[in-house]
Order: sequence, then structure tokens, then C-alpha cells
Amino acid sequence: MEFLAAGFIEENIVPKFNYWVYVILMMIGLFAMITKNNLIKKLIGMAIFQTAIILFYVSIGVKAESGIPILGHEQHHEIVEEGRASSEVIKKEKFANPLPHVLMLTAIVVGVSTLGLALAISQRIYGSFNTLEEDEILDQLRPGGHD
Amino acid sequence: MIWQFDIIILIFMVLAAIIALRVKDLLGATLVFGIYSFLICLLWAEMGAVDVAFTEAAVGAGVSTVIMIATVFSTARRSRD
Amino acid sequence: MKLFGFIAVIIVGALLLAATGDFPAWGDAGSPASQGQVSSFYIEQTINETKVPNMVTAVLADFRGYDTMFETVVIFIAGIGIIAVLRTFGDQASKAPDGPEADNDSGDLIVRTTCHMVVPLIQLFALYVIAHGHHSPGGGFQGGVMLGASYILFALACGLPAAKRRMGERRAIIIAAAGIIIYAGWGVACLLLGGNFLDYTSLDPILPGDEQMARSHSMLVVEIGVAFTVTAIMFAIYSNLSTRGRLEKGL
Repeated sequence: MEFLAAGFIEENIVPKFNYWVYVILMMIGLFAMITKNNLIKKLIGMAIFQTAIILFYVSIGVKAESGIPILGHEQHHEIVEEGRASSEVIKKEKFANPLPHVLMLTAIVVGVSTLGLALAISQRIYGSFNTLEEDEILDQLRPGGHD
Repeated sequence: MIWQFDIIILIFMVLAAIIALRVKDLLGATLVFGIYSFLICLLWAEMGAVDVAFTEAAVGAGVSTVIMIATVFSTARRSRD
Repeated sequence: MKLFGFIAVIIVGALLLAATGDFPAWGDAGSPASQGQVSSFYIEQTINETKVPNMVTAVLADFRGYDTMFETVVIFIAGIGIIAVLRTFGDQASKAPDGPEADNDSGDLIVRTTCHMVVPLIQLFALYVIAHGHHSPGGGFQGGVMLGASYILFALACGLPAAKRRMGERRAIIIAAAGIIIYAGWGVACLLLGGNFLDYTSLDPILPGDEQMARSHSMLVVEIGVAFTVTAIMFAIYSNLSTRGRLEKGL
């Protein structure tokens, strides 16, 4: 019975599970960005949204038999020292697709820089309005509001 | 890829994301977000994206948690939602 | 607002979930993304063209060098933006005390001693990560972030004034700019030697080894440039955010 259940999961859930979770995380992040009142909470939602996109890209690059996209010592030796053709030594399905990794690697570092900029702006907002709650800021900005 | 790890980590990630957004204490929310970053770093390593995992461990779980804590300390710690 | 947001999110999510049915299965080696010519070329020809085993580093620093260069510029601009938004040049009266004894003015003794022992190891490992990025996971971005994190650790343990003497504000900006100048200057050097911008094979005459090794060495140079910028900007982000731009004393 248990074995049967494991097979069921592998056939019906595993092939699409990453994509479902990326949609769920994206919905969580988007919902937080739209409805949360606190600016820090909005930024956490934005970061979750960003990781959802990265999850989507990295999931695309996975192959069932793949390891990491780095050549082993033996393969490196065979190609560079012994001069064998790389298309004979390297099996394409043994390596994860490196292209999404490169794109996402830079996206993560740029993401933290933009997160820092957003945090800096929210600190300035706190300095001016003494609150991080969106509705209180809007109250103070409205003409005739207090302050 | 190891699909058993994949499913477990993804479920924990969704939980961590929801908790990070529901905690009213912003310091707690930031720390749960750090846990979320570590989980996603494990996920990259499991999927064979070692460079991305390394970056996420250094940036997502390290630096971005620190700068968010710095912001929470110099502004308000309590949140209404 | 909450209801509107909920409806919008549900609609977006439903559309995306409906689209996942058409995706290739997770881990399918025959999916269009994995069978495409670009990724096949990167996997099979990286070793022939550059002699670098780590494909991610090779694609990052060589094949897609323009992309990485302008990502670095984005990080630089974000750091400059944070300084522009947050930095306040208020009262300079509360100058931090100078001299080596000023290191002892804040923090716990155990924390400070441990920090003094750990920081050199972190920095050494960060340099290893930068230099060994061709053969193992790592590279300019990761090593730079770790170097920046070592300064952040120092600022947390010994106070920001002590860290500022090691990495002052002016010095941080100069280092960040120097990183981009190294990267772009290496591209200009390619132009001067008759190649295209960031076409490392044209640097063969001035670098040891053959054309492939010239590309490999050039990758190290641009990774060092990236690491300079990332180190300085990470520390600048932390030091501004933790003091609300006053750069007096840290957390």
C-alpha cells in the first residue's frame, strides 16, 4: 500500500509540483504586496515574489539525471591533457542547464541591492512620518489631516 | 535532483512564507524570512544549482537578514498586521 | 482593498496554474530549454573554448560578460542611491576617537576577541572563493559578499567607528568605482589590442598561455573587479542602514 502511494506521488505530483509551488509563493508574495499595511511586510512579500521567480527559472534547468554544472577532475583531465573531443566525454543530460543559474545568480545579488535601497527609503519615510503603516502615512499626507 | 527532499523543502518553504507574513513582531518576521532563505538555499543545492545556492546562502540568508534587522531596530518593531 | 487584492491574486494564480499543465515535466531532459542550442553549446564547448570546468563562471564572466558588467553597475548605482537617500551630514561634533585603543570602546571582550580571530579566516576563505571560482562553486559575487560580510561582522562586534577606520565611506566608494573600472578597463584593453569589447582572446599577446588560457585569466580579472564593487557596496548598505545615514555608532 505504501509502495503504491509512493508511485502515485512520483507519477502525478512530482512532475508539476515545483511549478505549483512557484505559483503559490508568487500569489503569497503578491497578496502581501497588495494588502499588507506595514512597509517592511510589503518588502518581505516582494522578496518572496522574487524567490518564486527564481524558483521557476532554476526548476526549468533541472534534468532527471543531472548533477552540478561543473566538470569533474577526470573529465577535465581527459579533455585538456589527453585531447579527447569534448562531445564524446561530456554527456549533456548529466549536467544541469547552466544558463538559468547564471541569470538567477546575478538577479539575487541585484535583488539584495534593491532591497537595501527600498529599506533606505522606508527609513526616510519613518524619519518624516514616524510610522511605517501605510494608512497612517496617507492620513498625514491628506490635506487637512493632522500634521 | 531528489524529489523527496524537493517536496519536503517546498512544503516547509510555503509554511515559512506564510508565517513570515503573519507574525506581528517585525523582528520575528525578519528571522523567519531568514529561515525561508536558508530553506530555499537547500533547495537550490538539491536541484544542482550550487553557485546559486552559495549566493543565496551568503546574500539571502546573511546580508539581507542583517540589513532588515538593522532597519527594524532603527524604526518601529511592532506591526499592526 | 483586501477583497480586491484577494480577487486579483486568485485570478493571476488561476491563470498561471492553468498554464503549468502545458509545461514539460520537472526534470525532463528533453524539454525545449535543455535541448536548446545555447545551453548545449555552453555545456559542451565551454571546456574547449576557455579551459574552465565551472560552466556557470565561464558563462557569467566570459560569454555573457556584458550582462555581468551592467549588473555590477546596477549594484553600484543601488549603493550610491542608498547613500544619496539616507546619508545625512549633520553635526560633526561627535567625532569618533582615533587610535588603536578606540577599538576597545564598545562591545563585549569575548565577542571582540572571537571576532578578531574569525574575521581573517573569513576573509581568507572569501579570497579563496574568488580565486577558485573557475573550478568550484564561487566567484566574484559570492566572494565579494563574504568579504563585505566580514566587515559587517567586525562592525557588529567592535562598533562601526572601528570598522570605519578599516573601510571608510570615501574608501568604500573609491573601491566600488575601482571594481567597475577594472571590469570595463579590461574590456577597453581588449579594444586596444584589436579585438571587440570584452573579447578576451585578443589579450593573448600580453597574457601567459594560449588563447583559451587568456580567456581563463581574464575571467579572474573581471571577477576581482566584481568582488571589489560588491564588497564595498555591501558594507556601505549596512553602515548606512544601521545608523540611519549618520555613520556614528552601529547597532
